[in-house]
Amino acid sequence: MHAESEIREPLIEGNKTYRQISDDIIAPIEGKAAKGWYTLTTIMALCFLWGIGCLAYTIGVGIGSWGSNNGADWAWDITNFVWWIGIGHAGTLISAVLLLFRQKWRMAINRSAEAMTIFAVLCAAIFVTLHTGRPWLDYMLFPLPNQFGSLWPNFNSPLLWDVFAVSTYATVSIVFWYIGLIPDFGMIRDRVVKPWQKKMYSLLSFGWGGSARHWSRFEEVSLVLAGLSTPLVFSVHSIVSFDFATSIVPGWHTTIFPPYFVSGAVFSGFAMVLTLMLVVRKIYKLEAYVRIKHIEYMNIVIIVTGSIVGVAYLTELFVAWYSGVEWEQYAFLNRATGPLAWSYWIMMSCNVLSPQLFWFKKIRTSVLATFILSIVVNIGMWFERFVIIVPTLLRTYLPSTWNTYTPSFIDIGIFVGTIGMFGTFFLLFSRFFPVIAQAELKTILKASGQQQKLDSAKHSHHAAAHN
Amino acid sequence: MATKQIIHGVFGDEVPMLEACKKLRAAGIRIKEVYTPMPVHGIDAIIGLPRTRMAICAFIYGITGTSLATLMMWYMMVHDWPNDIGGKPTWAYYMAVPAFIPITFEATVFCAAHGMALTYLLRCWLVPGAKAKNPDPRTTDDKFLVYLELNEEQAKKADVILKETGVEEVNYKGTLQIEPKY
Repeated sequence: MHAESEIREPLIEGNKTYRQISDDIIAPIEGKAAKGWYTLTTIMALCFLWGIGCLAYTIGVGIGSWGSNNGADWAWDITNFVWWIGIGHAGTLISAVLLLFRQKWRMAINRSAEAMTIFAVLCAAIFVTLHTGRPWLDYMLFPLPNQFGSLWPNFNSPLLWDVFAVSTYATVSIVFWYIGLIPDFGMIRDRVVKPWQKKMYSLLSFGWGGSARHWSRFEEVSLVLAGLSTPLVFSVHSIVSFDFATSIVPGWHTTIFPPYFVSGAVFSGFAMVLTLMLVVRKIYKLEAYVRIKHIEYMNIVIIVTGSIVGVAYLTELFVAWYSGVEWEQYAFLNRATGPLAWSYWIMMSCNVLSPQLFWFKKIRTSVLATFILSIVVNIGMWFERFVIIVPTLLRTYLPSTWNTYTPSFIDIGIFVGTIGMFGTFFLLFSRFFPVIAQAELKTILKASGQQQKLDSAKHSHHAAAHN
Repeated sequence: MATKQIIHGVFGDEVPMLEACKKLRAAGIRIKEVYTPMPVHGIDAIIGLPRTRMAICAFIYGITGTSLATLMMWYMMVHDWPNDIGGKPTWAYYMAVPAFIPITFEATVFCAAHGMALTYLLRCWLVPGAKAKNPDPRTTDDKFLVYLELNEEQAKKADVILKETGVEEVNYKGTLQIEPKY
C-alpha cells in the first residue's frame, strides 16, 4: 500500500469506513431526490425544449434565421462550439492527466468531471453539425464511397481534422467514463432493494463481480486509456485552434493559438467543474470527500492556466506590434477600441484579472468566492471565443466587406437550449449515477483518510517511544 | 471423479485477507479467485496472477489504426483522386504526410482505445444482461472474499489458516464434481 506522509492534508475527512463510503455515494440514488432537484431539472428541461424548438426552426427555415452575415460567417455557432469543447477538456484532464501524475485528489471529482465532459461534447456537437447549413448532408464529411466519382473529403483541411478529432474525443471519453462506472454500478446493484432499481443497475453493471483478475485488467485498461486520453486533450483543442490558425485572417493566423486554446480550455473547464461540484457537494452532503483542499487545488490549476491565457494575450499584442504587419496590428486595435470593444474588455477583466485573485489563500479556500469566480471565468471564456471570431471577422482586409453583427433570438435560443441540455443531463446523472468514483476512493482510504492518518501517527509515535 | 468443497473466506479488511492469501499459497493451496470492493495493491503477486496483456492488445489495435488511416488517405488523396487543393503536394504520400498527421494520430487513438475496451469487456464477459459474477453481494460494498475449491484434506488446512488470520466468516457453499481430464 502506498504510504503517504501523515502531515499531508487528508483527502477523506472524518472516520470513514469502506461501508460508509458506499453509504454516502449510494444515498442520493437510493433515497428520495434532493430538495429542489425536480425544480431545477424542470427549469433545465424547459430551456432544453426551447433549444430544440429553435434547432427545428433553424433546420426548417435555414441559417438565415441566425444573425450570421457576409462578414460574420461564423458567429455564435462556432463561439459556442469552441466554448463547449473547451469546457469538456477539464474532465479528461482530471481523469487522465492527473491519473498519470498520481494525483490522488482527482478521485473525488473525476466521475462528475468526466460526465461533464461528455455532456459538454454533446452540446458542442450540436453546433458543429448544425452550422454546415444543410445538416442532412453532414454524412459527406466522412470518407464514404459515393456517386460523385467518389468525391473524397479534403484531408488537408483542419475542418476535417476536427471531425476525426472530436469524434474520437467524444467516443473515447464515453468509453473511459463507462468503464470506470462499471464497478460502481456493481456496488449499487448489490445494495439496492427496489425491483426496478435492481433491474436497471444489473443491466448497467454488466455483471461486474470485482474479482482480482478483472480488477487487474481494469487497472491496466484505465492506465492505457488515461495514456491515450492525455494526448487527446492536447491534440483535440489544438486541432480546433487550427480551424483559425491555418487561415490567413489577421488576428487568427498566429502560432500561439494551439497552446493558448488548450490552456484556455483547461481554464474554463476547471471553472465549470468547480461550478458543478460546489453545488453537488453541498446538496448531496459530500463535503467529506470534496474537501476545501480539492477546491484549492482546482483553483491553483485555474491560476496557472489563466496566467498562461493572460500571457498569450500579451504575446499576441507584442507580436502584432513587433511584426510590423498593419493588418495584424489593426485586428487588435479593433478588438480593443472598435464597435465591439465592450466584449473585449469583459473578456480581459474576467479572464486576466479574476483568476489572479486566487493567489490569495483566503479567496481560493472560500466556497462562495470560488463559485462566483468560476462563473465569471466561464463568462470571460465565452467572450474570448466571441472576440476571436466576431469582431475579427467584421473587420478583415477589405473595408468594403466590413459589416455589423447582432445575434438573432434563435442564436441565443439554441445556446440557452444547450445549457438546458447540459443541466438536464447532469442533473439526471447526479440522481441515477454515482457522482463519485467510490471504488477508487476506497483504495486511498487507509493512506489518505483523516482518522487513519491520526491513528497511524499515534501508532508510529508509540513505536518510536518504545524503541 | 473428484469432489471439491467450495469455501468462501469473508474478511472485513484487506490486510488480514492478504495475510491469509500468503499463508494459503505457502501451504500449497490454490486460490481460485479473490473478490474485493476495490483493487487491492499487491494482490496479483500474492495470489499468483499472471500479468494482463491488455496493453499489448491496445498497442496492436493502435498500429492497426495507424495503418488503416495511412492506407485510407494514401488511397483517397494520392491514388484515387489527387485533387489540386491550393497546390498542396499529392504525387507521393511522403510529401503530403504533415497534413495527414492529425488524422493518423486520431485514428490510432480511436482504434487503440475502442479495440482495447471491447477486448476488455469481452474477456471479462462484462456484457449487458450478464449475471453478477461475485458469489456474495457484500463484496462490492466492504467485504473481501477468498474463493476456494478444495478437496477434504486441503479444506481442513485452509480452514485453520483462515481462522488464524482473522477471517470474519467461513462459508461452505456446497460441492463441485470435477471430471478428471483425460
